[in-house]
Amino acid sequence: MSLYQVQKLIYQLNRDPRTRQRYAEERHAVLGEYDLTPEEVGALEKPDIGLLYVLGVNGQLLMHFAALHRIEWTDYLDRMRQGLKAYGPVREGVYAATGYEGIEAHDARLKAEREAR
Amino acid sequence: MPLVYCGACSHAPGITGRAERAERADTQTRQALESAFRRMGDDIRATRPDALVVIAAEHFANFFMNNMPAFAIGMADSYQGPIEDEAFLRIGRTTVPGNKALSRRLIENVMQTVDVAYAEEWQFDHGISVPLHFLTPDYDLPIVPANINCQGPPLAPLARAWAFGEALRRAADSVPERIALIGTGGLSHWPATPDSGKINQEWDREFLRRWSANDREALLSYSDAETYREAGQGGFEIRTFIAAAAAAKGAKGTVDFCEPVPIFAVSCTLGSFQLPVA
Repeated sequence: MSLYQVQKLIYQLNRDPRTRQRYAEERHAVLGEYDLTPEEVGALEKPDIGLLYVLGVNGQLLMHFAALHRIEWTDYLDRMRQGLKAYGPVREGVYAATGYEGIEAHDARLKAEREAR
Repeated sequence: MPLVYCGACSHAPGITGRAERAERADTQTRQALESAFRRMGDDIRATRPDALVVIAAEHFANFFMNNMPAFAIGMADSYQGPIEDEAFLRIGRTTVPGNKALSRRLIENVMQTVDVAYAEEWQFDHGISVPLHFLTPDYDLPIVPANINCQGPPLAPLARAWAFGEALRRAADSVPERIALIGTGGLSHWPATPDSGKINQEWDREFLRRWSANDREALLSYSDAETYREAGQGGFEIRTFIAAAAAAKGAKGTVDFCEPVPIFAVSCTLGSFQLPVA
């Protein structure tokens, strides 16, 4: 388990255009510069957003890694939910899922509350 | 000059990045939020500031767990941002003016009581770029970025965030320039998780009651375990609101706007303190 290394690579990708370019052109070489397990390499390469989430990647890094791969916001949220189903609860970090009614139900509840005011 | 403005506001990336989805959900709330931002911008400009200190909770744009400062202040004549993908944040990349000499004087004063890191390079992320998009859309006011680590635990205790705010106030008061200051962050929220959109309104209301009263003891009484349980990992960003309260030096605050917007993942909040007119 080398969550720190996974996050460091994503941090560099998010902030450094040259790392992004290298990642596009020679992905294996870039991945080889980090001390990653085969599971982590697989999750990054695919990319398996659900597994990266379950491994404990900080959401503030992961959401931009998803955006880098042109994964739209709702799809990003769904992929994390799928990850929880496939791989179980978040293993590390502070971005665990805690349960939520969902945005549509929440919006409807807030709308009803506003109308009742 | 004594600090001329002190406030706090939300910085959620959804406010710009997912604006059209809130349009569908609740046009009135989104428009009211943008009006509140514009009012804050007008209020800041009315104080004729020479610079705006923005205490943000950045999200790995500059600082990472290889060398994470609890507190940092930018020291450059210009900054770039936002770092995020333009399609994600819907704010174009630009250069924002800073003031290196002023930053240095502020930092030297802050260092009298807080061991703050300084950074001659700083890329703004949504923590600064979203508020500036509304508050200073022409990017014509020099910015002094400041940061409190709210992302990579272990985090500085709340009492140290208060001390940082106090130090910034003392530093601002010590320079001849007219300094405005805002904290930016979320209250309860679970951003970038499958629970994005979850908001604990009751917790937010109680926090803002303490913040408006500028009740130091009550503001510092939260433990990180309690905040994590009740307000999510996003709740750690209350440090920026707390630092702004400390910078207000006992002045009372007013919450101008606070409405939950699930697609933005927070209760969108703007408030300011009633400083004596300088």
